Amino acid sequence: MNLLQKFLLELQEITLLITAAFVGLFKSPRYVKETVKQMDLIGVGSLPIVILTGFFTGGVLILQTFPLLVYYGAQGESGKAVSTSLIRELGPVLSALMVSGRIGSAISAELGSMVVSQQIDAMRALGTDPYRKLVAPRLIALIFMLPFLTVAADVFGLIGGGIVASTLFNQDYGVFLASVRNGITVEDIISGVIKPLFFGLIIGSIACYKGLSTTGGTVGVGRSTTSAVVLSSIVVIIFDFFLSRALQSILDVRPV
Amino acid sequence: MVSNTSEELISNNEIVEEELEPTDLEDAVDNIERVVPAIEFRDVYLSFDDATILNGISFTVRRGETKVILGRSGGGKSTTIRLILGLLKPDSGQILIDGEDITHYSENEMMEVRKKVGMVFQEGALFDSLSVYDNVAYRLHEQGVSEQDVETEVRRMLRFVDLEDAIDKMPDELSGGMRRRVGIARALVGDPQIVLFDEPTAGLDPPTARTICELAIKLRDLEDVSSIFVTHELKNLEYLSNEYAVVDENGDVNFEQEGEKLCLINTEIVMLKEGKVIFTGKDDEFYASEDKYIQTFVHGK
Repeated sequence: MNLLQKFLLELQEITLLITAAFVGLFKSPRYVKETVKQMDLIGVGSLPIVILTGFFTGGVLILQTFPLLVYYGAQGESGKAVSTSLIRELGPVLSALMVSGRIGSAISAELGSMVVSQQIDAMRALGTDPYRKLVAPRLIALIFMLPFLTVAADVFGLIGGGIVASTLFNQDYGVFLASVRNGITVEDIISGVIKPLFFGLIIGSIACYKGLSTTGGTVGVGRSTTSAVVLSSIVVIIFDFFLSRALQSILDVRPV
Repeated sequence: MVSNTSEELISNNEIVEEELEPTDLEDAVDNIERVVPAIEFRDVYLSFDDATILNGISFTVRRGETKVILGRSGGGKSTTIRLILGLLKPDSGQILIDGEDITHYSENEMMEVRKKVGMVFQEGALFDSLSVYDNVAYRLHEQGVSEQDVETEVRRMLRFVDLEDAIDKMPDELSGGMRRRVGIARALVGDPQIVLFDEPTAGLDPPTARTICELAIKLRDLEDVSSIFVTHELKNLEYLSNEYAVVDENGDVNFEQEGEKLCLINTEIVMLKEGKVIFTGKDDEFYASEDKYIQTFVHGK
């Protein structure tokens, strides 16, 4: 099978998986408890790493750009620089990459182990559809929680930027905050929250697909976990470009 | 009165109905139902890529009968029972459960069929994240049965496999034999009339393997369950073909050897070789077979 055929086949399988999971939402039984549990694991569980990532990313943005802004005499715009890049791009993408590493790998490894130990077969034999019981709650939880995580990363990124600007570069908090407020538009916030919805779907569907298509015992579990993280990270980054372009057109985002 | 054989009953169904009293009629319907095999394979083929796994196999499992499927590893034994559950689909041929052709059933239609069938997996396939109680209760929880009824049923099933003490344990706290027994209890919830065993004794010590076989014998003789017992261990065959379960006056279950009393042990062998059925029959015919492959299988050389 050549690469193109393999790509098309995987795309078809992932599309079918997403369809099966979402069609199942309209029939009973609905796994509400399972979905809430996954939201807790994915959302609350990922909060510390996302906050840390956002905080230090905001900090390093100021660290690197402040001297440049001083050179152009635009140090008063430091908040605008960090808020624009964080809310439009770095917040959604970095949160998605962190969640892909933490949750994508966990989902893939868990489902993969269930496949190799015949638990998925047992589930089907006991009359449960694994797409509804396992895939749908994880997809919903990711799609629902990733925007919140992104907002957390954005907020803590701005706090990190503010602390670095005031402590290392003696900038007044008020000036920084005013610049942040001046830099953010409603369109930025909307696009920053729409993106993670898609990223959540990408991470969840790739991780579930890779996990459920595991073959070859425990070695296979390792293989599918690695490929789930690598593939979902790459797809997130590539998709981000096209999504940004589309959102720019749709929301009519003005240049900075 | 009903003096006809079951086959005649089917062909003369209308006449019989006119002549029979209601109670006789119920008996007659029961007899007709018993003629329809619990499981039937008709010329089933299956291949993965270039490898042929099943090459036109046909066999039937009658009601209350245990079919022991023997064969070397990779001979298509486990595949056969995965087909019955619709976990795989054949390339051609027909598979019938209770006379119903399930070959082309969708996943949703199969969900209904699976309610009639219990499956015991090779390593138990217990859900790691659930306790023994929740594993056994799985099917009932999915059906939304009240917790009180669930507990009664779970305890009844765990008593059947003699593991009521382990009810609150997690699967990783159980030994290999206990995991299989919990797997059996989980498969028996809802009293399925068909039970499939996929190498349930693989890797177990002889006494534990014997316990598993005793459970299969109890199901066959006391619960009238039709089953398929996939194995490559001849010791299992010996137990299943030579012993039967009886309940004594104290309500205890005893296992007696064939020949002690007159009895017909409802167990037959299906031997698979490279995806084909090369033998079907009773154990004595099996051991007496002059087929070289069977001889090698029995004697190991």
